[in-house]
Order: sequence, then structure tokens, then C-alpha cells
Amino acid sequence: MEDDAPVIYGLEFQIHIIDFDDENNIINKNVLLHQAGEIWHISASPSDKGVLATCYNKTPDSRVLACAAVWRMPEELESVGHESPDDSASTTQTLELLCQLGSAAPGNVACVTWEPMGDGKKVISLADNHILLWDLQESSNQAVLAGSASLEGKGQLRFTSGRWSPHHNCTQVATANDTTLRGWDTRSMSQIYCIENAHGQLVRDLDFNPNKQYYLASCGDDCKVKFWDTRNVTEPVRTLEEHSHWVWSVRYNHSHDQLVLTGSSDSRVILSNMVSISSEPFGHLVDDDDVSDQEEHHAEEKSKEPLQDNVIATYEEHEDSVYAVDWSSADPWLFASLSYDGRLVINRVPRALKYHILL
Amino acid sequence: MAAEAARPGPAFGPGDSPEGPEADAPERRRKAHGMLKLYYGLSEGEAGGRPSGPDPLDPTDLNGAHFDPEVYLDKLRRECPLPQLMDSETDMVRQIRALDSDMQTLVYENYNKFISATDTIRKMKNDFRKMEDEMDRLATNMAVITDFSARISATLQDHHERITKLAGVHALLRKLQFLFELPSRLTKCVELGAYGQAVRYQGRARAVLQQYQHLPSFRAIQDDCQVITARLAQQLRQRFREGGSGAPEQAECVELLLALGEPAEELCEEFLVHARGRLEEELSALEKELGPSPPAPDVLEFTDRGGSGFVGGLCQVAAAYQELFEAQGPRGGEKLAAFAQELGGCYFELVERRLAQEQGGGDNSLLVRALDRFHRRLRAPGPLLAAAGLTESATEIVERVARERLGYHLQGLQTAFLGCLTDVRQALAAPRLAGKEGPSLAELLASVASSIQSHIKASLAAVHLFTAKEVSFSNKPYFRGEFCSQGVREGLIVGFIRSMCQTAQSFCDSAGEKGGATPPALLLLLSRLCLDYETATISYILTLTDEQFLVQDQSPVTPVSTLCAEARETARRLLTHYVKVQGLVISQMLRKSVETRDWLSTLEPRNVRAVMKRVVEDTTAIDVQVGLLYEEGVRKAQSSDSSKRTFSVYSSSRQQGRYAPSYTPSAPMDTNLLSNIQKLFSERIDVFSPVEFNKVSVLTGIIKISLKTLLECVRLRTFGRFGLQQVQVDCHFLQLYLWRFVADEELVHLLLDEVVASAALRCPDPVPMEPSVVEVICERG
Repeated sequence: MEDDAPVIYGLEFQIHIIDFDDENNIINKNVLLHQAGEIWHISASPSDKGVLATCYNKTPDSRVLACAAVWRMPEELESVGHESPDDSASTTQTLELLCQLGSAAPGNVACVTWEPMGDGKKVISLADNHILLWDLQESSNQAVLAGSASLEGKGQLRFTSGRWSPHHNCTQVATANDTTLRGWDTRSMSQIYCIENAHGQLVRDLDFNPNKQYYLASCGDDCKVKFWDTRNVTEPVRTLEEHSHWVWSVRYNHSHDQLVLTGSSDSRVILSNMVSISSEPFGHLVDDDDVSDQEEHHAEEKSKEPLQDNVIATYEEHEDSVYAVDWSSADPWLFASLSYDGRLVINRVPRALKYHILL
Repeated sequence: MAAEAARPGPAFGPGDSPEGPEADAPERRRKAHGMLKLYYGLSEGEAGGRPSGPDPLDPTDLNGAHFDPEVYLDKLRRECPLPQLMDSETDMVRQIRALDSDMQTLVYENYNKFISATDTIRKMKNDFRKMEDEMDRLATNMAVITDFSARISATLQDHHERITKLAGVHALLRKLQFLFELPSRLTKCVELGAYGQAVRYQGRARAVLQQYQHLPSFRAIQDDCQVITARLAQQLRQRFREGGSGAPEQAECVELLLALGEPAEELCEEFLVHARGRLEEELSALEKELGPSPPAPDVLEFTDRGGSGFVGGLCQVAAAYQELFEAQGPRGGEKLAAFAQELGGCYFELVERRLAQEQGGGDNSLLVRALDRFHRRLRAPGPLLAAAGLTESATEIVERVARERLGYHLQGLQTAFLGCLTDVRQALAAPRLAGKEGPSLAELLASVASSIQSHIKASLAAVHLFTAKEVSFSNKPYFRGEFCSQGVREGLIVGFIRSMCQTAQSFCDSAGEKGGATPPALLLLLSRLCLDYETATISYILTLTDEQFLVQDQSPVTPVSTLCAEARETARRLLTHYVKVQGLVISQMLRKSVETRDWLSTLEPRNVRAVMKRVVEDTTAIDVQVGLLYEEGVRKAQSSDSSKRTFSVYSSSRQQGRYAPSYTPSAPMDTNLLSNIQKLFSERIDVFSPVEFNKVSVLTGIIKISLKTLLECVRLRTFGRFGLQQVQVDCHFLQLYLWRFVADEELVHLLLDEVVASAALRCPDPVPMEPSVVEVICERG
């Protein structure tokens, strides 16, 4: 498992690569220096595990500039897990800068998102009110602006978050600005849908259902998590109101999309089971050929059970606001959450639920 | 007595020599007495009291019936001595002499009588002889008379027979004449229009003609008659069909036709068709009154007309029908029922349309009276047309109208409630334009509450008319039971309270999406209203309802507690929402202030930022607003204003101590450790937590939300040295003024500490301001 976590330590900015050995329950940490500035957003390339993109703040001349860049991690990571964390600063390696995203382009970059299924050549960055599509060439050493679009409107419009949809042949991107969700077509760089007032207040994060192409989850300052069908933007499909403060992050499980993880500044991480709007609303479908009649009967019975969306667990290990949650890309039952005080918590989906979903 | 006594005397007197009477006179008299007694069956002893005298069978008794002189003599000779015998003999002789003289007297006395009797008899003998002769003569005369009479009879016998025959012929001839004249008579009758007469004639002749139809002449007559009868029937039918005449004449026609032997079934069909025509006219007249243009009469007049016109007509028809076609048996009844049902259906439809027009109107009493008339009218044909089920349908209509009426009132109440809310909105919006003068929230609340209550009472009173005793349908089971419990209590009152709660709750939902379209004061007011309902009003209203409508129905009703719980929940949600909205307003202010400022290049703080003052002002305003409607509530730690000052100093110095180590980058872990440890001991702050029904709780909620927002916003920024100091100043200022609003001032300290600590962490050059300077700036601001 690989997790990338930005933490601010004084004026040094590091990227920690944490290996979690599931069998032995051992955590290994590699620290990479990120010298450009404090990191606000990080995203790994889907095709090359050594490549990642960050959004970071620079403070030259007492001005805050938010930039984005693509980096390559060193080929061989030194294992520093056994040493004390205090020494890590001396042994850290440095990221290799591949290219800057938009050094020429204006604006503060809020978010970078990779094309999910592609060859890691396409990146979208959101800067102020612009949405910029970059083509990475020459083994990602050069970024060419392939397309752009911008929001026009009253006041100062700024994108806060964006995700690239894995569906529709990766031609759709969704963005959030203030209380509005927008969908974009990357081919024409034009807007395809717009959910006005998706949340009562600022939208903090969004995520696509990996298995259902029109479904999208969003969260925001109104403490709600909403699930949308982008074909009908007037009403959310479901609304969760479990958190008692702003919800900062929402993530679908990569393979079992009924599992939804949310992190909030009320210091809680909540794992919800949204069976009714998942791609497996009737539970895991067993192949008919493999089961005897009795089992089939059992399966039928199971499918008749009323399906209820419910909260599976609330994790309260964090002492401060939780700003990021994510699932493991390797093990679908593992997830991590990160809070303001720098605490990273790795949890597993409860075993009973895991078997319930699998069997 | 003398004769009695004399009889034995001569009986033995001549036969025996008297042997001298021994008993003296009284003794003898007694004996004679005894004999009488014996004769009359009285016992001797009873009469005399003395031992019974000599045995009547005793042959020695001189006076006895069985006296035997031989035995007597023997006895005397045997028993008596001589002197006694002598005495007896003398006595006997004396007695015999006395008897003899008695006999003589008697004979002398009666002799004359015998002689005169003999004379009379002789005279009678003569008279009878004369009479006998006359009788003989009478007998002869009688014989002669009898003879004569017989002769006369014989002579007249022949004549008598002939006369009888002639009389018979005469009668027959008269009948025949009637028959022969029948066609012309019938024609005449038909011409004159005396159909009744004609039918009677026809009826009389019919059987005879039927019997003798084999005779050609009769046959002819019959044929003629039939032709005429057919014409008659035709005319009757014609008249029947013309229908201009009223129901009684038609009934007469039908009666005559029936008498003519027309098929009853067909007639009854036709009768009904005609009746239908008439009734449909009535209905169409009614329908015209309904008309699209509104000169329609009021509903009472309408039902009156319907009642007298249609229902009256229907009654007549039904009565006539039953009279005429009684012989039809159950099938006829069914037909009538179907007929009545169909027309009744049309009538009901009209009435319902009319009543539907009335739904909008407000006058319940008129409607109830109209319904009463309507229902009463239909009870009359009820027994006649029981099978048609008109009464049931009428009752159903009344019930439906009552239900609709309830619905209408419910809607009215809801509208009134919404109207109240609009008024409140306007009142809330107005004072800001017109100046400070305007009704306070408490006054608004009172006016809303009283207006709703008066509306409810008015509705109850209006609906109560349906159950008034004098109304004919009020004793129907529906109105006694279901109407009261399910209709009024559940449908109207409970329904209204529920809808009120829902309306109120909808403000929570919709406003959340659109960012506070509802004025917060309205939320607050509604919340208080719901709370008041929970504590008192609901139970009051329900008691009132239960009293007015004595609910006899056993069906389950919503208990007061459930409603109260709902109202409380609504109040709670509204208040929570109020907190959210107000918190959001302040949050937005704080957020904008943090986000739009360039914290890196800010100047050294000289003042508290205007935003913070604004926040305090707004919070104070909210405090006043909430204070108008909610009680103070309980604070955790009471502290006076003076103690506050010292506390604030302490608190600020404590902050100092807390984040002082973190200013040196050499010890970054300490900061985290310290803050973590701090947090371990402080309670987790639930920001959007439900609030309680008091001012302090509300204010605490609002301030919590605001400060948490400030915290999160601060964490997203990077601060320069003076930026940090400005945050320090601002937080101190907030602390100075916000503590008094919250339940637990520790909470404000905690959050503000957190803000300053976060700002310090986000500052590359964290040099805090001296607490004394901070205080001075705050004092000045």
C-alpha cells in the first residue's frame, strides 16, 4: 500500500511514503523533500507509480502563490522506517522536478487531477477560475497546454476541487466552485452539466462512483454528503447528514462502491454503506452455475432483505479536523485518514461487513 | 188439623169399640203435631225435645197408621189391670163421642158448598153443549174454504209460470239490449270522454261476450266492442302520453287501462317512462338553476326546490305506482326501485354539483340547513323506496359534504396560518424601513397564536353545526362517531397541528438549500410557537374539541403526547435551524474577512478589525432577539463582569504560555504534543449540535459555529507576523465580548485558543504580540 501525505514541519515540506505491511502490521515510512513549498494537494499518476503531481504554495515577497508541478520520486527508496523519525530529515531524498504546470499560466492552482485510465499523459489543473488541460510530453518532462476553459461570472470565482471521471472514455471532468458542481467535456472543454446550489455552502470535495457512470458524490460546508445522478441535476439521489461540521473529503471504494468514506472537521471519519444506490443494490450476485439449489435459494432470500443505507462505523481516533481520506488502491478493505495534527490513521472495513459483501 | 185428626177417628171408630181415651187433650194435640212433623220429615225429637213418642209402626198406637185393634186389645188385656182397662174404655168412649160430634159439625158446614158446586157444574154442562155445535159449524165452513182455495190455485198455476218466464225473458232482453247498445254507448262515452263509464261497461260485458262468442251476432258485437275498446285504449294512452296532466290523472288513466286488461308490465314501463319525463323536467329545471352563470339561488333555496319539486314528484310517483301495480309483486317493486335509484342518482349528482359550488363559501349554517332540508326530504320517500337506497345515498352525500367541509376548514386553517406567517414576515421586514417602531417579536408571537386559536375555534364552531341536535342527520352513526373522532379531532385539529408543524419544518429544509430565504426571526418565532403548542395549546385545543364533540367512537385517536412530541421536535428543529442560519451569517462574515485579506503583508495591528466588532454587535442583536422569546437558561460557570476581566487576562496569558514554545521552530513536536494533550483533556466540541430551548444554548450554538468557521478558515491561510498579531488581537476582542453569551465560557476560550494556535502554526515568522498591548488595543477598540 502506498499513501502520500503532506505534512507541514516548520518550513520544510516533505512527502511521506508510508508502506503498510498488511500481514505483519508494520508501517514503513520514506520521506521525500519537497522544497518548492507547502503542499496543499497531491495526486499520483495512475500509470507510473513513481510520478506524482502536487499543488503547493510559495511565499515569495510576502505573497502567496499556489503552483502545481509534476515530480518523479527517486527510483529506490531508502528504508528509514526503523530509524527514529527525528533523523529522517538528514537522510531524506529529494523529488525530481519533471515539469511545472502553468508557470506561464495565471492563477493559484487548487487541484490537479490525472486522467484515470490513460497512460499518464494528461493532467488537468484548476487554477482560480480556469480549468487547464495539460499534455505531458517527452516522458513527462514537458507540459503543453492542450486546452482550457474558464468560468465567467460575478465576483471572484474559484475552483475548489475537481475529479476526472473514469467513465465515458475519460472525457469528463467534474469541478466544484463555491456551491456549484460542474461537469466538463475534455474534448471540447465545454460545460456539460451544472448543479447549481449543490450544497448550501462551499463544496469541498467530490468523487465519481467507479462503477456507475452517472453517479457522483459531493461534500461541503453544510455538513452534508450528497449523491447525484448527473442526468438529473435538480435533486440529489441521496443525502447523508451524519457529520456535525464541514465535510472535507469523500471517497468511493474503488471496487465496492457501496462503501463511502467521508472525513470532516468534526474530527470524525465515517464509513457509510450506500447499498441502495450502489452498482450492487442486491448484494453480490453469485454465478448461478456454481451454486446448488439450496444455495440459490439462500441467495434469493438474501436478495429479498430490505436494503438499507446505513453508517457502518464512525472512527473517532483523530483529535482534530480530518482533511483527507482515501482508500488503498491495493486492498479494497483498507483506508487511511489524515488530520490536522498530522495523525495518519489506517483502518480496515469491519470483517463482518466484508464477508457480508463478499459472500 | 181437624181433618187430620178426624181421619183416623172414623177409621177405627166404627171398627172398634173405644176403650176409653186415656191421653188428655194436650197429649193428643201433640201426637197430631208429631204426625204432621213426621209427614214433613222433621224428626220428633227436634220438634219436641222429649224422648220420641210411640213408634209410628207400633200396632198398639191408636193414632198410628198401623194400628191393629187385636194387638192393641191383647196388649191392654195382658198388661193392664182392670181398673185401668175400665179407665181406658171410658176414655175411649169419650173420645169416640167427641169425634162423632166433630164429624157432624164438619158435614154441616160443607153441605152448602157442595150444593152450589153441583149447580155450577150443571150450568157449565149446558154451555158446553152449545159451543160444540158452533164448533162443528166452523169446521164445515173451513172445509168449504179450503176447497175453494185449492180450486183457485189450480186455476192460477198456469198464469204464474208464464209470468215468471216472461220476466226472465225481459231481463235477458235488457241484457241483450245493453249488449247490442254497447258499441254505441261505448262510442258515445268515448266521445264524451267519460272513459271511466266506458271502461265499466266494457268490464260488465266482457265476460258475456267472451262466453257467447260462438254466436255470430255476439261475435259481431264483441268485435265492435273490441274495436271501440282498442280505440278507447288508444285514446287513454294518448292522454296518458300527452303527459300534460298531472300525476293523479295519469294514475287514473293507468287504472282504466289496467281495467281494460292492458298488459300491466307494459303499462308500468310506460308509467315509469312518463314519470321519468316529468321528473327529468324537474331535474333540468334544477340544473338550469345550477347554470354556469351565477344568478343561482342560494343553496338552501336550491335544496328546497329540489325537495319540493323532484323529491315530492318522486314520492307521488312512487305512491301511485305502488297503488296501481301492487299486483305486480316483487318485480314491480324492483322496477320502481331501479327507477328511483336512477333518477335519485341524477338528483344527487345535481345536488352534489350545487354543494360543490358551495364548498368555497364560508356560510356553514346555511349549508347545514340546506343539507338538513335535503336529508329530511329524502327521509319521506324512504319507507316507500327502501329498496332504492335513497336515504343511504343521501346520508352518504351529507357525509361526503361534511368531510369536504372538514377538508375545506383544514385548508382554511392552513391558509390562515400561512397568512399569519406572511403578516409576520411583513411585520419583520417593515420596521427596518420605517424606523425602530414596530411590534416586538413577543407581540407578534402573541398575535399569531391568538389569531390561529381564534381561527381554530371558529372552524370548530362552524363544524359543530353538523352535529346540532335539531339537524336531521346528526343522529346518524357517522355523525355521532366517526365525524367527531376521525373527522373533526383527527382530520381537522390534529391534521392542522401536524400540517402546521410540517409547514414550520419545511422552512428548515428549503431555507437550508437556498441559504436563508426565511428571516431568522420567523424561525425563532415559529420555534417558540411550536414550543408553546407543546406545553399548553395542543392539550387545550384537544380538550376543547373533545368537549364540544363528545367523542363516542372507539377508534384510536392520536394521543396528546404524540402531538406534543411532534410539536417539540418541530420546535427543536426550528431552533436548531435558527442557530445554523444565524451561525452561518456570522460565519460568512468571518470567512470573508479571513479569506479576502492578505495576511502576509498586513501592517502591525493598531485596531480590532471592524468585522469583529460587527460580529459582536450581531451577536448582541441575536441575543436580544432570542431573549424576547426564550428564557435565559443556565450557565455553567457564573462569573461577574469584573471577574471576567481578570479571567480574560489570565486566559490570554495562558494562551501565551501554551503556544510560546511553538514559535521556535526547533521544537516542532512539542507544539503538536502540547496541543494534543490539551485536546485529550478537553471535551470534543460538537459544533452543529442540537440546542435546548433557552437563550444561552442558542447563543452558544451560534458562537460555536462561528468560531469553528474562523478556525477552519485561519488554517487555510498563511500569516505574516503582523497577520498573526492581528488574529491575536481579534481573538482577544472576541473573547472579551462573547463570553457572556455562552453557557460555558471555557468553550469560547478553547476555540479562540485554537484559532490563535492555528494561526501561529500557519505563520512562518510567529512573533506574538505582548498580551498587555493586545489588551490595550482591545480596550481602545
